[in-house]
Amino acid sequence: MTATATSARSDLSELGRSETALRTFLHGLPGVDQVGAEQRAAQLGTRSIKTTAKAQAIDLAIRMVDLTTLEGADTPGKVRALAAKALRPDPADPSCPHVGAVCVYPAMVPYVAEVLRGSAVHLASVATAFPSGQAPLDVKLADTRAAVAAGADEIDMVINRGAFLAGRYQEVYDEIVVTKEACGDAHLKVILETGELATYDNVRRASWLAMLAGGDFIKTSTGKVPIAATMPVTLVMLEAVRDFRAATGRQVGVKPAGGIRTTKDAIKYLVMVNETVGPDWLDPDWFRFGASSLLNDLLMQRTKLTTGVYAGPDYFTLD
Amino acid sequence: MFEYAPAPESRSVVDIKPSYGLFVDGTFVDPVDGGSFKSINPASEEVLAEIAEAGNEDVDRAVRAARQAYEKVWGPMPGRDRAKYLFRIARIIQERSRELAVLESLDNGKPIRESRDVDVPLVAAHFFYYAGWADKLEYAGFGGGPTSRHGGGVPQPLGVAAQVIPWNFPLLMLAWKIAPALAAGNTVVLKPAETTPLTALLFAEICQQADLPAGVVNIVTGAGETGRALVEHPGVDKVAFTGSTEVGKAIARAVAGTRKKLTLELGGKAANIVFDDAPIDQAVEGIVNGIFFNQGHVCCAGSRLLVQESVADRVLESLKRRMAQLRVGDPLDKNTDIGAINSAAQLARIRELSEAGSAEGAERWSPPCELPERGFWFAPTIFTGVTQAHRIAREEIFGPVLSVLTFRTPAEAVEKANNTPYGLSAGIWTDKGSRILWTADRLRAGVVWANTFNKFDPTSPFGGYKESGYGREGGRHGLEAYLNV
Amino acid sequence: MSERVAVRKTYKLFIGGKFPRSESGRSYIVQDANVALASRKDARDAVVAARAAVKGWAGATAYNRGQILYRVAEMLEGRRDQFVALGAPADEVDAAIDRWVWYAGWADKLPQVYGGANPVAGPYFNLSAPEPTGVVAVVAPGAPALLGLVSVIAPAIVTGNTVVVAASPDAPLVAVTLAEVLATSDLPGGVVNILTGRISETAPTLAAHMDVNAIDLTGVADAELAADLEVRAAENLKRVLRPAPAGHDWFADPGVARMTVLLETKTVWHPKGV
Repeated sequence: MTATATSARSDLSELGRSETALRTFLHGLPGVDQVGAEQRAAQLGTRSIKTTAKAQAIDLAIRMVDLTTLEGADTPGKVRALAAKALRPDPADPSCPHVGAVCVYPAMVPYVAEVLRGSAVHLASVATAFPSGQAPLDVKLADTRAAVAAGADEIDMVINRGAFLAGRYQEVYDEIVVTKEACGDAHLKVILETGELATYDNVRRASWLAMLAGGDFIKTSTGKVPIAATMPVTLVMLEAVRDFRAATGRQVGVKPAGGIRTTKDAIKYLVMVNETVGPDWLDPDWFRFGASSLLNDLLMQRTKLTTGVYAGPDYFTLD
Repeated sequence: MFEYAPAPESRSVVDIKPSYGLFVDGTFVDPVDGGSFKSINPASEEVLAEIAEAGNEDVDRAVRAARQAYEKVWGPMPGRDRAKYLFRIARIIQERSRELAVLESLDNGKPIRESRDVDVPLVAAHFFYYAGWADKLEYAGFGGGPTSRHGGGVPQPLGVAAQVIPWNFPLLMLAWKIAPALAAGNTVVLKPAETTPLTALLFAEICQQADLPAGVVNIVTGAGETGRALVEHPGVDKVAFTGSTEVGKAIARAVAGTRKKLTLELGGKAANIVFDDAPIDQAVEGIVNGIFFNQGHVCCAGSRLLVQESVADRVLESLKRRMAQLRVGDPLDKNTDIGAINSAAQLARIRELSEAGSAEGAERWSPPCELPERGFWFAPTIFTGVTQAHRIAREEIFGPVLSVLTFRTPAEAVEKANNTPYGLSAGIWTDKGSRILWTADRLRAGVVWANTFNKFDPTSPFGGYKESGYGREGGRHGLEAYLNV
Repeated sequence: MSERVAVRKTYKLFIGGKFPRSESGRSYIVQDANVALASRKDARDAVVAARAAVKGWAGATAYNRGQILYRVAEMLEGRRDQFVALGAPADEVDAAIDRWVWYAGWADKLPQVYGGANPVAGPYFNLSAPEPTGVVAVVAPGAPALLGLVSVIAPAIVTGNTVVVAASPDAPLVAVTLAEVLATSDLPGGVVNILTGRISETAPTLAAHMDVNAIDLTGVADAELAADLEVRAAENLKRVLRPAPAGHDWFADPGVARMTVLLETKTVWHPKGV
């Protein structure tokens, strides 16, 4: 952490006014040693979470799932079914909690909204020409407004990776700022697409850039590029939100998305949250899993804990 | 909010006998002129087993067995066959790794996470590495030794090696000693530390299981007197010791004027230098790993943190936050980060030096941390406001206690780092490559970890400058200690 | 016409690049010459000079050290007849010069032969390189006077150590003449320091000195003294080179052991990442 980062909040709000200030700040952040970060993440993955702790972790993980479908083939029928599952993941067990949110394309938002209306499950929509972000800004903003108007209370935007990698931080920053404005009351999750950022140094810088610009959440991935969420990437992002809160007082959420398929994986992430940023983030308001198949594995493990026998996939709904 | 339920490793995987004899000439025997002592679990103070204490006569029998094996079996044996025995041993260690890890944690107090993920895998790796050298000694770069000075010949072993090892990494130190000695063609008599003899005795069983010829490896258990009898025995050709600098000096005096070749791996007071451009999160992990790995019972522990003043507050804040996550307790719990202090005596020493730190004006801090009632425990501790003059900045504490000092310039960091009679290891944290190399060049230490710490590998030589000892263990260099070159 | 009156040489100590008399003011006579009889204080002064020279000499490039050592060989060659006149057999002088050239060439090769990359099982750069141990005290053998002296000094300094040599009390003239060679060879002052006089007086001081890193007992003929010196050396764990066995063949290929025993291996780790 640089001296700049620990200075007062008002100083940080000035950063977005100049490309030079942004660059100086982002490049002044401490580096990330790849090997060290990966070893720490791997070490956290060796925690052994059993019995009561496991049960508690599974329920928490279910509550953190952003149940997602982002396919060209999505239909109203498909997303309605998904929304129904979000409300009652395990129809056989009413004690099973609902998930955190349903995440769909903007065109699917109205159908999901019908199902979720009146529930505590959030409705997230990807926007801003997801997944590439390669559209004119006014198209991206229109995309965002449409999703909010249709009932989304969370928007998952993508950053302009091309601009970021080319060092045009101001452009990335400004786009996040205006998207945030277009969101109105909806929460803004900023997808960094870490698989395209290539280095942890870039992940840390992009995290700070997204937070400085007003993002409510930072999210790893679209799920549409070969490398999605990883433990070390999420670790670097957790360190960023931790340091950002220390510097500004504002808490930002983290959402790893893509590639998290098993209960074992999810619990590793929860351990990492617990030991990196602490219990303040162990809440669906501050940590989410962008996932689809993860939920069924969580449900199977949950059933195993309650019944003592291993379940099979046929006993859980496929939506 | 997220409490980890106990996740104990099963201790039933290891079968501890009520009592153990000495391992001499391939069999377990009762001592002739020794007594016995107890090995306890430092996490519970429960007695684990009754251990034979070797007397002079027992040591003599072990040395004679080793001599006999050297002359009749192991010396004449082709290197490729010695190699196969060592490969066999390596394999059996892998197969029995869980058992070895549990036993190590029970007897030593170290967390199962470390014995399972660090100690035992390194032990197997060490035997694998040196196994391959046994039939390639002429390629090790030491020439052919006095008998074939102009190269081409195979360098000769020394004979019988007397090896005395400490309690901090009982099985790993055994591997560091036995693997190169046997690969080079020597036979050994090894004395494990009196508080941690059990894995060495299990290793003796592994030698039997591998059909290693009798007398090639002999294990004599006991305390300081047994060790003295061993290193002073006129029948040994080589003495290798890992332990305190004080005992190391006594051994150096004891072998003076003899033909015995000596290598010593002794104490340290390593500086871990954090520059202002360090990757802070990884540096904090490195600081934690540097001093709290194995309860700080590590000769190369990064026990002096030298942090650049401009980032000192920031680093300390992160360090304290990280320390609060350390889980102290049952060594067999898979989630334990810091286990038990190895013995009551060691605990007393750590307490004494820590009290000296407070008395001399340093500020002491530990995270809130509940320690078990029985057993030997010490909370992870840092002292800030430490100066070079404080005892806790000069003396090896060998416990989970970190002294924090600051510096302003690279030259000052190097000067403080080198301002110690020790010279085993050091750490450097900075994102600037040329600064790493500049600093590494100037540090008088045998192992320099840059942007990492406490990494070990069988191929990587380990050993110190100055009063941290002489000779290297590991790698090609490690063979030299066991060859007549 | 009367015979020309020769200018006689005073054989003094060689400390820090200068030729002082013993601070004790003592001398003894060898081969009709007065030779300085070094005191314990001289030994301590020599250690101070040797320590002061470590930084520059160890920090010099290997190429530079090799060049300077080769220059020493050139100077030796030029003084060949002088050593013969002092009683050294011609073949020994030749061997000594050749020995020095042999060691000179090691300066930039030993770190390659004796160090290198270690293939650790992980994403790390890992390199071991030898470094000089520091100040080395040397008890030089008495015979062969020049070849023996060259064979203990050259391997110590070629890698960057500095030395305090207790010359053989029986062959001080060769030692001081060698010092004159060294003094005219661009060798920085203090890299080699030579004490003449009694081994029993200087060696125990050097063996016990806490700012000496290693001791070479090659020239100690008395086994009891050798053991005593080794005991003293243990106090700060000096690296010890034990006395040469009787009948040691100084003309044979010396191997690298005399160099390697005075080296420390430093191993540096660094992660490989982006």
